[in-house]
Amino acid sequence: MRRLSYLEASRVAVAEEMERDPLVWAVGEDLGRGGVFGQYKGLAEQFGPDRISDAPISESCIVGAAVGAAMMGTRPIVEMRFSDFALCAVDELVNQAAKARYMFGGQTRVPIVVREPIGMWRSSAAQHSQSLEAWYAHIPGLVVAVPSTPADNRALLKAAIRCDDPVVFMEHKGLWPLEGEVPEGDDVAPFGKARLVREGGDLTIVSWSAAVHTAEQAAGELAGLGIETDLLDLRTLWPWDRDAVLASVEKTGRLLVVHEAVAVAGFGAEIAATVAESCHAALKAPVRRLGAPRVPISYAPPLENEVRVTAEAVVAAARDMTGQ
Amino acid sequence: MPGRSSSIASNLNVDRHLAQFREMCRIREFEKAAIAAAEEKLVLGAIHPSIGQEAVAVGVCSNLRRDDIILSTHRGHGHTMAKGADALAMMRELFGRAGGTSQGKGGSMHIADFEVGMLGANGVVAANINIAAGAAHAIKLKREDRVVVCFFGDGAINRGPFLEGLNWAGVFKLPILFVCEDNGFASTTRTQSMTSGDGPAARAEAIGIKAETVDGNDLLAVDEAARELIEVARRGTPRFLLARTYRLTGHTSADTAPYRPQAEVEERWRNDPIANTRKVLAGAGVADADLAAVAAAAEREMKQASETARNTDWPARELAFTDVQDIGDPRERAY
Repeated sequence: MRRLSYLEASRVAVAEEMERDPLVWAVGEDLGRGGVFGQYKGLAEQFGPDRISDAPISESCIVGAAVGAAMMGTRPIVEMRFSDFALCAVDELVNQAAKARYMFGGQTRVPIVVREPIGMWRSSAAQHSQSLEAWYAHIPGLVVAVPSTPADNRALLKAAIRCDDPVVFMEHKGLWPLEGEVPEGDDVAPFGKARLVREGGDLTIVSWSAAVHTAEQAAGELAGLGIETDLLDLRTLWPWDRDAVLASVEKTGRLLVVHEAVAVAGFGAEIAATVAESCHAALKAPVRRLGAPRVPISYAPPLENEVRVTAEAVVAAARDMTGQ
Repeated sequence: MPGRSSSIASNLNVDRHLAQFREMCRIREFEKAAIAAAEEKLVLGAIHPSIGQEAVAVGVCSNLRRDDIILSTHRGHGHTMAKGADALAMMRELFGRAGGTSQGKGGSMHIADFEVGMLGANGVVAANINIAAGAAHAIKLKREDRVVVCFFGDGAINRGPFLEGLNWAGVFKLPILFVCEDNGFASTTRTQSMTSGDGPAARAEAIGIKAETVDGNDLLAVDEAARELIEVARRGTPRFLLARTYRLTGHTSADTAPYRPQAEVEERWRNDPIANTRKVLAGAGVADADLAAVAAAAEREMKQASETARNTDWPARELAFTDVQDIGDPRERAY
């Protein structure tokens, strides 16, 4: 074990996989100087400018070129800086990367990792703060990873780089400095396996990315009130750990989904619907979702905070659901 | 201005151009058979014929090696055949049948044959430009001796990937030849009416990619220009070829193209690249009977391919669920 930040853990993952496989390379704006958040610092010196490649501000070509380079046998890691900017490359990701294997009848694979940092971060406002994970969970062919801890950021990123299909890898910008224990060995996380953050019999909370930490804080407060929570961190949204969620709700009879993204048509809706379809008899309370209201994210901190899902909101919802 | 044309050289390589003539006839007959099958509702969806543009596909691809790469557009049958794909497998793909190049999952607009270095037609105009740049990028990273040819139409120059992909190729000095087939139409609109400035070659030059313009209905001119440009591109200097041609059919096989005068189309038919090539070969002493036999053989082959395709089974139903992705396999939780 070693103590690393969420950001350092991602750098370690990239370096380890590039050491392991000479066909892995990374491309994106400003990578030569370490990337916009420093996730690639030192890697250009270690691996050279061909494998840690700068790119013009051409998002659609960054992703499109990665698709072509992947079809030709390399394994590109694509850096989008902000998930918001990746919207300039939706054709390349959705129509090209996600479709090529299928529409060409299995003649090719597109092993790319598209890193798209998400989330609210220091008054970044409407075009640098979105959490758009549900968009990509909707698209057949894509894997969607949403790590919440340093250990998972390393283990999931390593798995994403080794995956033979396109992976949308969404790190939360607010988590970059978060420190945690990270294993030393060749730790590769399986996709579609939730992490049980906390165990309890009264209520199931399902969350991912930074909202896991909000939920964890709330679960601690709820324990003080005598409400014990099963807290599941999904880690990946496609595939998502349906079995773990259903088993937990069968046990607790209550489901609360907590995510930072807009609640309307968010991935929480998919989880709520699945639980409603599969666990109706076990439910002791209506399923609940907590997400952002359907408004763009503001610049001024008090306005930004208006749309944030807080631990207080989670506690209030849980108390309401359990009648305590 | 049609651009550079060939001068009938005395040292004409008759064998080479006869083989090219044969390939052009095969493409023409393939598409005629496909259009006929579409009228019978056996070829489904939309098909985009390249009738009238065969000299570009053949003139360029006959300068490529088997392990070189091409990427194509929605109008991609000609490029795919010229790169060496099997016509029967392609026909089965158009019919949506088992044994199609993409197992019947892609159809005409996603025709592809990775075995012969054809990385796919694309249903999104200009999308292949970025992908082609990336394919060339991988060749450079792996230090391979291969080149990429990216075909697109004049309509594609008004989409962003034209700028982004050409710039990318220039910045990274990639082994790629961009071939713009200017057939005059962007879908069903005259491209010039929706294009500011001096067009494809001028735009390429402005990005720093040297461009050459050629008469795309003159096989020998395309062949010669492509040979020179591919040689340069293979060494890591991207090049651009503008081939001026004309789409003799509508945008799709169902489009009767009422937006252009009949007289214009008739005049363009008098510049049919296949007839042009036939004239050149006859002038070089190839017997008319031999040329007619080549054309007739192509017609027989494609009619047979169509016949075989229509008698081929549909793909197995479970193929709807294969090759989506390895993890999160939809067969486990399809609904």
